[in-house]
Amino acid sequence: MENRSFYNEVLTEHNMRPDFKHDLPDANLVLEGVNPSCGDDIYLKLKVEDGTIVDGAFVGDGCAISQASADIMLGMIVGLPKDEALHLADCFIRMIKGTATEEEIEELDEAGALRDISHMPARVKCAVLGWHTLEEIFKDPAKARV
Amino acid sequence: MLDLRNDFPILRGTDVVYLDSAATAQRPACVIEAERVFNDTHNANPLRGLYAWSMEATDAYEHARQTVADFVGAKHAEEIVFTRNTTEGLNLIAYTWAMANLKPGDEVLVTVMEHHSNLLPWQLACERTGATLRFLECTRDGLFPEEAMRAAVTERTRLVCMGHVSNVYGRVNPVERMAELAHSVGALMVCDAAQSAPHIPLDVQKLGVDFLVFSGHKLCGPMGIGALWARLELLEAMPPFLRGGEMIEYVTRERATWAEVPHKFEAGTVNAAGAVGLEAAIHYLQAAGLDAVEAHVNALTDRALKAMQAMPHIHVIGSDRAEEHSGILTFTVDDVHPHDIAAILDSDKVCIRAGHHCAQPLMKHLGVGSTARASIYLYNNTEDVDRFLDSLSSLRSRMGYGE
Repeated sequence: MENRSFYNEVLTEHNMRPDFKHDLPDANLVLEGVNPSCGDDIYLKLKVEDGTIVDGAFVGDGCAISQASADIMLGMIVGLPKDEALHLADCFIRMIKGTATEEEIEELDEAGALRDISHMPARVKCAVLGWHTLEEIFKDPAKARV
Repeated sequence: MLDLRNDFPILRGTDVVYLDSAATAQRPACVIEAERVFNDTHNANPLRGLYAWSMEATDAYEHARQTVADFVGAKHAEEIVFTRNTTEGLNLIAYTWAMANLKPGDEVLVTVMEHHSNLLPWQLACERTGATLRFLECTRDGLFPEEAMRAAVTERTRLVCMGHVSNVYGRVNPVERMAELAHSVGALMVCDAAQSAPHIPLDVQKLGVDFLVFSGHKLCGPMGIGALWARLELLEAMPPFLRGGEMIEYVTRERATWAEVPHKFEAGTVNAAGAVGLEAAIHYLQAAGLDAVEAHVNALTDRALKAMQAMPHIHVIGSDRAEEHSGILTFTVDDVHPHDIAAILDSDKVCIRAGHHCAQPLMKHLGVGSTARASIYLYNNTEDVDRFLDSLSSLRSRMGYGE
C-alpha cells in the first residue's frame, strides 16, 4: 500500500479543485510543458512585473500528480520575486530527486506533500512538470513572451 | 477452465495479479528449462563449427525453425527467418523488400490502429523511396467496413500492412479480405501477428498474406526471439537486411554473394537458446490447446467486461462482446488519468498497462490522450479478475471523487 500515501488528500484536493487552473488573459509570459511519454501537457501562464510574479495560472491536461503539483506551485509562487520562486523550484526538483535537505523540504510547505513521489521513478516527470516549465520560462523569457 | 498457474515460477506463491500479458507474457518452467538445457549441454555457435556441440546447437536451432514453420502453416522451414521480435521483422521487410521495390507514386496502405512498429518502418520506407503513405481508418469500435477497405486500395497500392489483432481493441481484423483486395491490384500484404499468435491458430495459407511476423515473448517464449514468415520465392528475390557473419556465400575484397534463404537474413551469431525456448513455448501452447486457451481467456474476459460495463464512470473501448477482445480490455475512468489508474492498481499489486500503447495515431483518432489496459492470458484466474475489479471499483473514491 506504499503509494497510497502519495495520493494523499493534499494531492487529490488540488487535482479535483485546483485554484489556479484557468486562463490568464493578461499573462505576459506563457510556456508549454509536455511529457511526451505520458501525455501530460500544460501551459504555464505568468504575469510578471518588475521581476515579481504578480499573478499566475495554468491550463492543460495530465495525471493527478502533474496537475496537483502545478496548482500547489502556483499557490506558492504568486506574489514572490522571480529569484525566490526559482529557489523553490530548485528545492522541489531536488526533493523529488531525493537530494533536498529536511530544511529545504520544510521551506516547500504544502509541496512537501509530494515528497513520496521520489520513490516512484516513473512519476518523477509528472511531479516536476510545472516546476520545470517555471525554470524554462525564466531561462529564456524571450521565448515565452506573449 | 485451465489451471496452469503452477507451471509459471513467477506466479507461484505470489499475490501479484499480472494483467499485462499483451505487453509480455510470463514464461512457464518448461521454456526456462529448454533454454537451460541448451546452455548446459550443447552451447556453441550454430551453423559453423565442425564438432559435436556446434552440430547439436545447429540441429536444435533448425529444429526450432521447423516447429515455427508448422506453427504458422508454412510450406518450408526455410520460409522462417528468426528475428529479435515483431519490430525487427517489420523493419526487415521495410529495409529490404520495400526499399528495393517502392517508387515515387506508389502507395503503402497502413491502418490507423497499428502499433508504432507497424507504422514507423513504412514512414521511413516511404520517405526514402518517395512512395506515399496512406491510411485505412477504422470506426470508433475498431471495425473496418468493407466499403472503406475497398476505397483505400487503389491501382497504385503496392503494399498493405495490417495487424491481425489490435493491441488496443483485441479484435481480430479482416486480414484475409484485406489480402484479397491487396492482391487484386498486385500489392503485397504484411500481417503483424504479435497479438494474434498467442491467442488464435495461425495459417499463412488461409490468411493469404505475403509476410507475417510475430514475437516469441508474447506467447510465453523468451524475449529477444521472434520470427518472420514469407514465401520462399519472395525471400529469395529480396536483398539481405543486415550484413556480416554467417549470411554470405563468398566474400572478396569488393563484394559478396549471399547465403541461401533464410540464413541470408540472419547475419551474425543467432539467438539459438532463444529459438529453442520459443519452440518450447509453442509446444506448451499446443499442449494446452489454443482452443482451450481461447475459451479460458474469453470466460475471464467476459467476467471482467460485464462487471466493468455495470460500473459507473468506466468506459471500455471496442466491442461489447468478450470474445471479440482476445483478452484485451482497454478502458478509461472518468476524471482519473490512466497513469493514476495504474499507480493505484499497482498499490493493490495489480499490474496493468497505461499510456498510449504505442498507438498514438489511434489515440488521436479516438480523441483520447491515453488509456489503461488490462490483458488476460492462460495463467490468469477468476481471483485475478476479481482483485482487478475490486481495485477498480474503489479507484475513484481513492482519488477523492464521490460516486
